[in-house]
Amino acid sequence: MKAGTHALLRPSLLVLALVLALLPLAMPNNYVIDVAVRIALAAVAAIGLNLLMGFAGQISIGHAAFVAIGAYGSGIVTVRFGWPPLAAIGGAALGAAVVAWLIAKPILRLKGHSLTMATLGLGVIVNIVLINEVDWTGGPDGMPVPPLVIGGFAFAKVLHWYALAAVLLWLSVLLSLNLYESPGGRALRGLNGSEVAARVMGVDVARFKVRAFVLSAVFAAVSGSLTAHYLGFISPSLAAFAHSVELATMVVLGGMASTFGAVLGAALLTALPQLLGGLHGYEMVFFGLVLMLTMMFLPKGLVPSIALKLRRKA
Amino acid sequence: MADFMQFVFSGLTTGAIYALAALGFSLIYNASGVINFAQGDFLMLGAMITAAMLGANLPYGLAIAGGVLATVAAGLLLYRLAIKPAGEASVVSLIIITIGASIFIQGVVQIVLGKNQQTLPPFSGDASLSILGAYVLPQSLWVLGTAAVLVALCFAFFRFTMIGKAMLAVAANALAARAVGIPTSRVLQLSFGLSALLGAVAGVVAAPITTTVYDIGLMLGMKGFVAATLGGLGSAGGAVVGGLIVGLLEALMAGYVSSAYKDAVPFVLIVFILLVMPHGLFGAKTSERV
Amino acid sequence: MLEVKNLSKSFGGVHAMQDVSFTVRAGSVHSVIGPNGAGKTTLFNLISGVYEPTRGEILLDGENVAGLAPDQLARRGMSRTFQNLQVCMNMTACENVMLGAHLRTRSSLLGGMTGTTRRADAALREEALRLIDEVGVGRHAHAHATQLSFGLLKRLEIARALASKPRLLLHDEPAAGLNDTETHEITELIRRIAASGVTVLLVEHDMKLVMNISDHLLVLDYGRKLAEGTAAEVRANPQVIAAYLGTEAASEAVDIAEAA
Repeated sequence: MKAGTHALLRPSLLVLALVLALLPLAMPNNYVIDVAVRIALAAVAAIGLNLLMGFAGQISIGHAAFVAIGAYGSGIVTVRFGWPPLAAIGGAALGAAVVAWLIAKPILRLKGHSLTMATLGLGVIVNIVLINEVDWTGGPDGMPVPPLVIGGFAFAKVLHWYALAAVLLWLSVLLSLNLYESPGGRALRGLNGSEVAARVMGVDVARFKVRAFVLSAVFAAVSGSLTAHYLGFISPSLAAFAHSVELATMVVLGGMASTFGAVLGAALLTALPQLLGGLHGYEMVFFGLVLMLTMMFLPKGLVPSIALKLRRKA
Repeated sequence: MADFMQFVFSGLTTGAIYALAALGFSLIYNASGVINFAQGDFLMLGAMITAAMLGANLPYGLAIAGGVLATVAAGLLLYRLAIKPAGEASVVSLIIITIGASIFIQGVVQIVLGKNQQTLPPFSGDASLSILGAYVLPQSLWVLGTAAVLVALCFAFFRFTMIGKAMLAVAANALAARAVGIPTSRVLQLSFGLSALLGAVAGVVAAPITTTVYDIGLMLGMKGFVAATLGGLGSAGGAVVGGLIVGLLEALMAGYVSSAYKDAVPFVLIVFILLVMPHGLFGAKTSERV
Repeated sequence: MLEVKNLSKSFGGVHAMQDVSFTVRAGSVHSVIGPNGAGKTTLFNLISGVYEPTRGEILLDGENVAGLAPDQLARRGMSRTFQNLQVCMNMTACENVMLGAHLRTRSSLLGGMTGTTRRADAALREEALRLIDEVGVGRHAHAHATQLSFGLLKRLEIARALASKPRLLLHDEPAAGLNDTETHEITELIRRIAASGVTVLLVEHDMKLVMNISDHLLVLDYGRKLAEGTAAEVRANPQVIAAYLGTEAASEAVDIAEAA
């Protein structure tokens, strides 16, 4: 980072802004724009998960739980308590943060596979609760969610949603890149690199892990809330293990600790199934293979591996 | 009282299944330090493939043999194609690889054998027996009996055979084991094969009671892992005790509190276990050297 | 500045350290030597909070810090390097050193995300680069840790430890794995560090380095204190020589040491 360059003027951010702004011109129809919206919202969740998995090295395969908490939180308070959508999104995010904070402290004392299993358990528990508390959640059949109206403006068209999602994505990337270069981000990445060393340098490892967990939960919840309003309908499958795995795969495939990697991972994993004609039953085979092959041959993920190749050529 | 005994038997039966799954986890963990997320899928494969062979009109015995053998082959392949090539990969990588393998296996089964639930005929009829006031399916006794035999065989294997001891050696220190001529790769391969065997048999013997379906491995595996952790990863006896405890608690929860939330029991349990007793009931206490 | 009293550590049945007591004066270079397995790294790990003592006290400026976590010790001005390196291989050299200054930064995640820490960070980066230059890794300041050799990483760890502006620096085998030239450079580096007022506690095998640089020595053997004193005193101590080289070599070693 050259001294004096303002955070907002990073070349990569400018390019991203440009791309996002011009993309709709290249999109032939609403279907493609719809995919773009889904990618952007998924990317927000992936960027959040990247903070936890990529920066801090804490593997979570239950993160869809927070997406679902965001979605259902939003859904329930708008439908049952008539909250305005913005407040609902904020409230759901806060709720997710609280849940994350409560769980994080005990869970993050675990390491390696124990932590991963605990996150798995978290996802399962949330899924079970959503399915069973029919009075609140509508059970396995799901519940409808009212459309997004902010300050009188109704987000009715796909293009409106694209604008919103694109801005949110750009902001998320900004926040993530900022964090990467900041002392706090270094502390996270440091405790990933060597927990012993980080401790010796004065990093309160436990507290940082919890903070990363809570932060990633908030990203997921915001993504979930907006998805709820966008789709107009939510079901407990949002918290399903498959969804958690999908999120984790986005981060792993794109490249752990790489912000743009998370975006790329989200794009690939959301778009490819659509492109391959809706895999129809082949999703699991596909995801399973992607996970295995990535970790076996490109353990660093796509973006870092490509970056490494380019660096070597230079 | 009769109710209580009913829950106890039901709990012991599922507990026995979890115990076998837990034993499989412990086996592989012992030999390689890897937590095999696909363990539960071995139980699924055994039952699903047996059901498929039955559907192709093979005699029951042959179908079971076929199902078990096919699952063992899958276990060996898993090691060969996914674990071994990863070499010295980190814990994170290996976790994700086995998760990927699990999903892949489920995906293949879903495509080849379909999404429907399958069931297997009980081994000796389905007339309930009355034991201590509870109605017990004969298949439950098969489950308990088979589990007991398999566990005993495992103990004997590790205690009395060269190969079993070789496995323990590899678990303790792979480099040293290799230095004394133990083929570590073969031992690891064997541990995967054995785990698959245990899983397949457990899956087959349980299917007449629980039915089986392509994604049942997930829950089974997770509960098996909880059981293994409760007992102390790496402790065979612990795996068994852990399995029975998880099964019993689940059945009691379903019976006395809420059947909808019974599946949550193992997961709440595991968070508690890992916090209070990170090494489980019988696990070895280790300290790290820096 | 540092007083260790009756420090003991057992791992199950293994008594890694038994009843070790010594004092380190502020501003001095104090070395801990002893044959392999004598417990030197265990001592370090006990003092730096990686292990918890079974018994005994560790007084840092009068405060008993035994059993405190490493991050709490860092807050009290203690820092260390590691024998087998604990470099964050997922970051660049510069980032590693900047991590060393963690306690002097505003490390809030929200602050980091909103970019409010950038200006302070830029100043920190300048400081880190200066430290990296001082330890001789200047050419590789922005290289990724995975691209650096063992020798460079060792020096990087020193820069990282210095970034926290410690009062007490624990050096775990600074010369391990280094050749003669590199050892000489490290010796000079440690000398400069001590000259700047930092108290240095050193574990080392390389006798030339130790004898050259130490104000005071502590000799351990089998987890116990064998001898203590200035370089000259320890050099001539027959028990020390016997512990290292066996009684026959004792006289030989005395001759060699005196010639150095």
